Amino acid sequence: MADSATGLPIRLHQVAAAPGGVRVLTGIDIELKAGGRTVLLGPNGAGKSTLLRVLHGLIPPSAGSIAWGDAHTRPQGQAMVFQRPVMLRRSAADNVRYALDLAGVRGAEVDARIAEALDEVGLRALANRPARVLSGGEQQKLAFARVWALRPEVLFLDEPTASLDPAAARSVEQIIADIHARGTTIVMTTHNLVQAKRVADDILFLHAGRLTERTSAQEFFTRPRSAQAAEFLEGERL
Amino acid sequence: MGALSESLVLAAGLVTHFDAHLVDIVLLSLRVSFTATLIAAVIGLPLGAAIAVGRFAGRPALIVMLNAMMGLPPVVVGLVVYLLLSRAGPLGTFGLLFTPGAMIIAQTILITPIIAALTRQIVADAWGEYREQLTSLGAGTLRAAMTLLWDTRFSLATVMLAGFGRAIAEVGAVMIVGGNIAGVTRVMTTTIALETSKGDLPLALALGLVLIAIVVLLNALAQLTREWAKARFG
Repeated sequence: MADSATGLPIRLHQVAAAPGGVRVLTGIDIELKAGGRTVLLGPNGAGKSTLLRVLHGLIPPSAGSIAWGDAHTRPQGQAMVFQRPVMLRRSAADNVRYALDLAGVRGAEVDARIAEALDEVGLRALANRPARVLSGGEQQKLAFARVWALRPEVLFLDEPTASLDPAAARSVEQIIADIHARGTTIVMTTHNLVQAKRVADDILFLHAGRLTERTSAQEFFTRPRSAQAAEFLEGERL
Repeated sequence: MGALSESLVLAAGLVTHFDAHLVDIVLLSLRVSFTATLIAAVIGLPLGAAIAVGRFAGRPALIVMLNAMMGLPPVVVGLVVYLLLSRAGPLGTFGLLFTPGAMIIAQTILITPIIAALTRQIVADAWGEYREQLTSLGAGTLRAAMTLLWDTRFSLATVMLAGFGRAIAEVGAVMIVGGNIAGVTRVMTTTIALETSKGDLPLALALGLVLIAIVVLLNALAQLTREWAKARFG
């Protein structure tokens, strides 16, 4: 059942996208329901990041339609973490504060949420440090603190661990698990199949801008239905 | 060669002894150019940010025009302001011609395009980096523009210093609209031009030294600001 307050489910009907005039996605039909952890997989250039941005409302479809619940404009209650986090030239705490201000959070709750979010990602001691002088891993954790504080209904993650070392990546995966445990729907892209196995409930497999497979993670990794998915998994195993 | 050395010694004396006439001229120059820079910043910073972030019909043409206006000939600006402020002009009733107010107006017109165009470029570069993140967080165009102005504040401080440098070193426009009246509208550049034509080199040289010192100081300040901000905020 559609819930316009949360913007779920997200329905894409025959969506195409052509950012910058180049057709990247064609004929995408998806329905994303609340509570799941969906991972978008596919080779480079398959359109994973573009699809994520369409789902988040950052890129408008060039054809087809998208609906968040009953609405056709992007609702509040969504957040996104990018592969390379963008931090404002202010302190770590003030970066979280800025996001809360945009979300309309006011009063004493602001400081409480900032403290809680920085605690969650282990950056409480660096709260007053300028965000841009933090290491890459710390900045990515701060990006997660920002979305933790926002308490989104849906969280989009664009290869959030791609530029992190294994220890930082596992730490970020734990944060993702914590966010999901609070009831947030997760939609994520990754090139890391081991990570996809750990994180995903469902897999959406894209090839050349088309959705060629949607299945449970367990089934995808044991019995892929499409030849492209089988070939992709085989290539990754080599 | 002897005359030049003698003039330089006299000029140095005027500077080191804070000659009252010289100090008055320097203070007036600083007041006029500082006020013009302030007004130009109030207009140019939001204008540049709006053009950088906004998407509207005619935007590319506006950018071309703004960039072209950075090279406005000062004497032409002076002439236009003169015509506007002269007794027969549309703003003649304000009685601003041959006052510091007229000089502020002329300098403001000269440097507003510089501040706006450089602001647009700096904010547009930042917008390229921040756009997806700010849009994702729900920032509208106005909020995004304000955020970018704040986040690029150190680069924009350099822009303001560049505008101030251009204003204080300008001579053509202020000569026309100020009239170079002693004790009223005589600033450093117009005094240098006048005293040189009269052959009275010590005062011209002294003001030249002060002017160069101000320009060097501004550049040093801009450089230090950039380095400090990079180390402090990344």
